[in-house]
Amino acid sequence: MISSISQAFSFAKKENRPALLTYTVAGDNTKKNSLKILKSISKHADICELGFPHNTPIADGGQIQTSSYRAIKNGTKFKDVFKIVESFKKSKNSKPIILMGYFNMILQYGESKFLKDCKKNKVDGLIVVDLPWPENKKFAKKCKKNSISFVQLISPTTSKNRLKSIIKDSHEMIYYISMLSTTGGKLKVSPFKIISNYKKIKRINPSKNCVIGFGITKKNIKNLKDADGLVVGSAICKEITNSLKKRQNPVTKVSNMVKNLKNKIL
Amino acid sequence: MKLKKKLSVLDQHDKFGFWGGKFGGNFVPETLKKPINDLEILFNKLKNDKKFLNERDRYFKNWVGVPTRFIKLNNLTKYVGGAEIWSKVVSDANGGAHKIYNATVHCLLAKKSGKKIICGDTGAGYAGKMLSMAAKKFGLKCKIFMGAKDIKRQQPNVKAIRRNGAEIIPVYSGSQTLVDAVSECMRFWVANCDTTAMCVGSTVGPNIFVKICGWSTSQISRELKSQILEEFGVIPNRLKLYNCVGGGSSSFGFWNEFMDYDKKQVEFIGVEAGGPSKSKKHAAPLTYGSKIGILHGAAQYVNQNNEGQIEETESISAGLDYPGVSPLHCFLKDTKRARYTAASDEDALKAFKIVSKYENIRPSLEPSHAFSVAISESKKFSKNTIVIVNSCGDAYKDRKILKKKLGVTL
Repeated sequence: MISSISQAFSFAKKENRPALLTYTVAGDNTKKNSLKILKSISKHADICELGFPHNTPIADGGQIQTSSYRAIKNGTKFKDVFKIVESFKKSKNSKPIILMGYFNMILQYGESKFLKDCKKNKVDGLIVVDLPWPENKKFAKKCKKNSISFVQLISPTTSKNRLKSIIKDSHEMIYYISMLSTTGGKLKVSPFKIISNYKKIKRINPSKNCVIGFGITKKNIKNLKDADGLVVGSAICKEITNSLKKRQNPVTKVSNMVKNLKNKIL
Repeated sequence: MKLKKKLSVLDQHDKFGFWGGKFGGNFVPETLKKPINDLEILFNKLKNDKKFLNERDRYFKNWVGVPTRFIKLNNLTKYVGGAEIWSKVVSDANGGAHKIYNATVHCLLAKKSGKKIICGDTGAGYAGKMLSMAAKKFGLKCKIFMGAKDIKRQQPNVKAIRRNGAEIIPVYSGSQTLVDAVSECMRFWVANCDTTAMCVGSTVGPNIFVKICGWSTSQISRELKSQILEEFGVIPNRLKLYNCVGGGSSSFGFWNEFMDYDKKQVEFIGVEAGGPSKSKKHAAPLTYGSKIGILHGAAQYVNQNNEGQIEETESISAGLDYPGVSPLHCFLKDTKRARYTAASDEDALKAFKIVSKYENIRPSLEPSHAFSVAISESKKFSKNTIVIVNSCGDAYKDRKILKKKLGVTL
């Protein structure tokens, strides 16, 4: 059976464009709104990443930190994250959902219980920021057994040999980190260079869907159109923060923004 | 879980970097895998390189100023009326605390790797002060990450860092203390690891940082061992080594050379920060049985809620105000080689008052925690018991707090 993540990529390919992946934090700015945001952006996005917030994130920049702290302050717990996923997956425009976060949260919840609840609530994939290869091999296998796709990360610092091994152990999607940065940094590498690194990954195994993330905004997204997929996260979190500052509705603001992003890659 | 003999504890981890199969490791973003690997290769090569060791020893001797004193506290011994109380006055070292050893080694490594910038975290400000000193000595640009709350309470060290030409980056996230400073420093390294070396200020963080720091501070116990032999001719039959434990760098360094002795002969007592006696918050994950979790790239006992969010700590001593603790100490706890307990803010202040009244040393609030427990336990020990407290920091940095709490002027 083809996974829904693979289907989302094939669908975008048919339209001759990269898949659009969004990242928002569960519970940001409220539990209700984060579900509303998901439901409204899923009309335009192909895959939705949903962060489970952690208060000691070592790889996130200011924007996602702000969103995460907001969500934790709102009392967002794993049960809320799963509730959001469950309702989202029942909605009519639902898209594949990838949970993203730090390993300590999973460890405290219990690996097996976590995967069971992921499966029960129809989570399609997982990104664990601080569980790199080869430490993630066992966990990735467990995910696969539960029909959950474990997304391997690759960075500009990943050596060639390591790259090959990671790709070999990867599932249907790989995440290429565009540059040396925490999430949401200013894109300090040229899109040309990023795409050329991306192509090195694709050459090793063209069948893996490879997305690019970190530093992608409405200004640069169309220069990266050659990728299988593009992830926008911090720019969305920033939009939520800004809309709150201006007392605007974050749901409509984010929805419009994602629609715009999509138009740029059509 | 068992401690091996004749093999440094620092090397008793598995291929994934775990001590006892579960403490430590490398829970880091993919981007840091390579710089960490590069550092591992460099350190593993240099730690056995005679030329490098000579270079380190030369800097330790001529610049750090080793050995630091090992002195008997006659008046305190008389006042307490039990064991003989001694102190290893590590605060004699250049800059006033043990943080100089790790800072010096990291700057030496940074030079060897060709990096021009070094970044580091600090709580009490000593790690930052020493890193800025060493960076200046070795011609490196230096960035220090420090919680906004700590910047306020440790002004003398903040000023020293700036005087050394380092840039201080205040951290406003979370509790605005050491835990947030370490996170922010790591985030900075993620974004700049191609040009910048990172120095983690204690025996915490990804495996290699635990090892480099522990290797560096072990200078303390190497000196102490020969000083003890000089003084007593043998390693005494009842020796008790008291040290405060925040991240755990000074205590590990204070104990390492004595690891293979039976604990009945050489006992290790680690004293964590219990926080204000009226508060539920503390910085004593080993004493109060916190669960294993992941903090700053390593698995360790850490204060956290049941969802895995790291909990805020509270301690009068910025240097101990950290929710986690070195994987090395988790390992020493579970193998029962060391014993851990806590002292409250009030206990530490009281101990400072007693020690500085009877002796001509002034331990900072961190070692004052260790003195507190050493004093109260020494009363019950026989006269032939030798108690040694590591006075690993000087109290000058705490002058504002001591003035306010005790009316003492330093």
